[in-house]
Amino acid sequence: MQTLGNFKLPPFFNYPPYFTLQPVRDTREKQVQLWKELILDFCKTQKIFLIGLEEDFPLFSNPAIERSLTHEAREAFLAALVSEGRAEWLDKGHRKCLILWHRIQDWADIIINFVKDNGLEDSVTTVEEIRTGPESRGTDLQGVDRVILMRALKLLEHKGKLVIFKGTSADDEGIKFSS
Amino acid sequence: MAGAALPKAELTTSGRPILFPNEIECSLLSNVELEPEGSPPLSSSIHLRSSFMILTTHRLIFVSDSSSAAASAAATANAASYVPLASVAHIFSLKKSIKSMFASPRLKFQLSVGSDGRVGGPAARSLVVTLVMRGKDDVEAFVDKFRQNWGARAWEREKESESASSGSSSIVESSASSSGYDSRGMRMVGVAGILRREQEMWESTDKSLQDAFQDLNALMSKAKEMVMLAERMRSKLLSAPSQAGSSNDEELGSKEEMQEWLLSVGIVSPVTKESAGALYHQQLSRQLADFVKIPLERSGGMINLIDMYCLFNRARGTELISPEDLLRACSLWEKFDVPVMLRKFDSGVMVIQNKSHSDEEVFARIKSLITRPDALQMGVSAGDAAMTLGIAPAMAKEHLLTAESRGLLCRDVSPDGFRFYINLFPEIPTDDIYLVKDQGIYATWIKCASSTSRLE
Repeated sequence: MQTLGNFKLPPFFNYPPYFTLQPVRDTREKQVQLWKELILDFCKTQKIFLIGLEEDFPLFSNPAIERSLTHEAREAFLAALVSEGRAEWLDKGHRKCLILWHRIQDWADIIINFVKDNGLEDSVTTVEEIRTGPESRGTDLQGVDRVILMRALKLLEHKGKLVIFKGTSADDEGIKFSS
Repeated sequence: MAGAALPKAELTTSGRPILFPNEIECSLLSNVELEPEGSPPLSSSIHLRSSFMILTTHRLIFVSDSSSAAASAAATANAASYVPLASVAHIFSLKKSIKSMFASPRLKFQLSVGSDGRVGGPAARSLVVTLVMRGKDDVEAFVDKFRQNWGARAWEREKESESASSGSSSIVESSASSSGYDSRGMRMVGVAGILRREQEMWESTDKSLQDAFQDLNALMSKAKEMVMLAERMRSKLLSAPSQAGSSNDEELGSKEEMQEWLLSVGIVSPVTKESAGALYHQQLSRQLADFVKIPLERSGGMINLIDMYCLFNRARGTELISPEDLLRACSLWEKFDVPVMLRKFDSGVMVIQNKSHSDEEVFARIKSLITRPDALQMGVSAGDAAMTLGIAPAMAKEHLLTAESRGLLCRDVSPDGFRFYINLFPEIPTDDIYLVKDQGIYATWIKCASSTSRLE
């Protein structure tokens, strides 16, 4: 079985038509579906949050069969993720794509659980601490993309679960969780 | 039925008359009626009305067309009968009067009728018949042609030449085989003899070819001779391999090729605008339907329109048709009951195919091709498919694209080219992308693909 780092690749990764955008509707729907699954799976295990369309992305080429996705195909597969709420374009030119292997809502739930598990209710912490602090080690929150984290926090703030305020340092924000 | 006293003319499946050998079609009139004079029992058996009439060098052929009739009439449709020009005793001149300016033109001629009242047998008495021409055709040109063909007596000339040629050839053969000497007294045995005889034949052939190509008019008048020559050369070539045991494969190959060429010469009586007039496209369409059968069979039930254009025009010799004429002739097939049809692929490529031709059969063959172990690994290109299916690459590509659109295949575009693979996408489960069922084409493919990667 072929692997990419520690990621196990599915058998169809060696199937050349997998790397050509299929023109027939039914075939293409299935192909897009398989690409969506694979991208999310790969990003989740590798903790990848951002895919740049113009940069090399290991999943988008297969040197074993000498095939790689065209720009058009990459954009099509990522656009399919975006339309399902599993990804977001970060710019109008569709050059950078944020991959949401947890949806924003799911990230918010993870944060709530994280707060409960660590008894952080009514206490103050910072955004950076959630990403890099000792409490988050070993959880999905460790090293989470800052943009994604802020989105989830804003969602929770909107629901009245916490308050975000400007912290002492310029590049970090403080968070006060409510009980 | 009307015209019962007239001999029946044979028609092809597409409703074109089958001509006698050496018979040439000259003119075509639409909507005519044959009105005999005289008492009912005899005259009614000759009286007939037909949608069009073809004048050939030998006959007046009356065809009652089916295309205008209802489908229920299909059994009696395309019935045709003819008046042999040999039975025409006299042609009266076309009457010109004030009246004739308003009524349909009428041409009277005298017809020899047998004692039993039938036309075409031994003549017992004669009968005056009027040909009423209701179509908007050039009547005067027709009458001229009619008179000319009748005067030329092509049917008599043929009988003479037939008896003459069969007699002379038997004499030549017998003398050559019995004595073993040619006309110049040289010995005609062994390889040298064969070579000399061949040389002589080619010299005479060469001469007639040169004559034929002097100018196009000469070629036209020689056309009939050329077709006969082609036929003769073909039969000669057909019999050749049996006597020349020493001929090698290459010779044999070129002989076969030569035969093919000779076979492709040869619509003796092409439908032309001049002869068919207003019915040109309709008649052309029918002639084409008859012609395409053999090339279609040879190319597996489907042939590119462009290829057909070349073949058809080659067979027509000098009476070339334009691509528009061909297209119009093909599109007219829808209206006739012919076994062929024009088909347009999604890509815009147009082909002629048998109505019985089924895509399913082609797909079955593509499927067996694409599931071979090497095709599973490497896919197939249009060229590969063309070789296996025995068709032109452009045609093979159309078939592959059609198979793709049906979900049988999918494509792989890479710097190596455009290849097709068996469509595995429906076989792959989406809930578990690592799952492979033990049975099925997906598992077979994985086996094939992994066997090569181990080799590498």
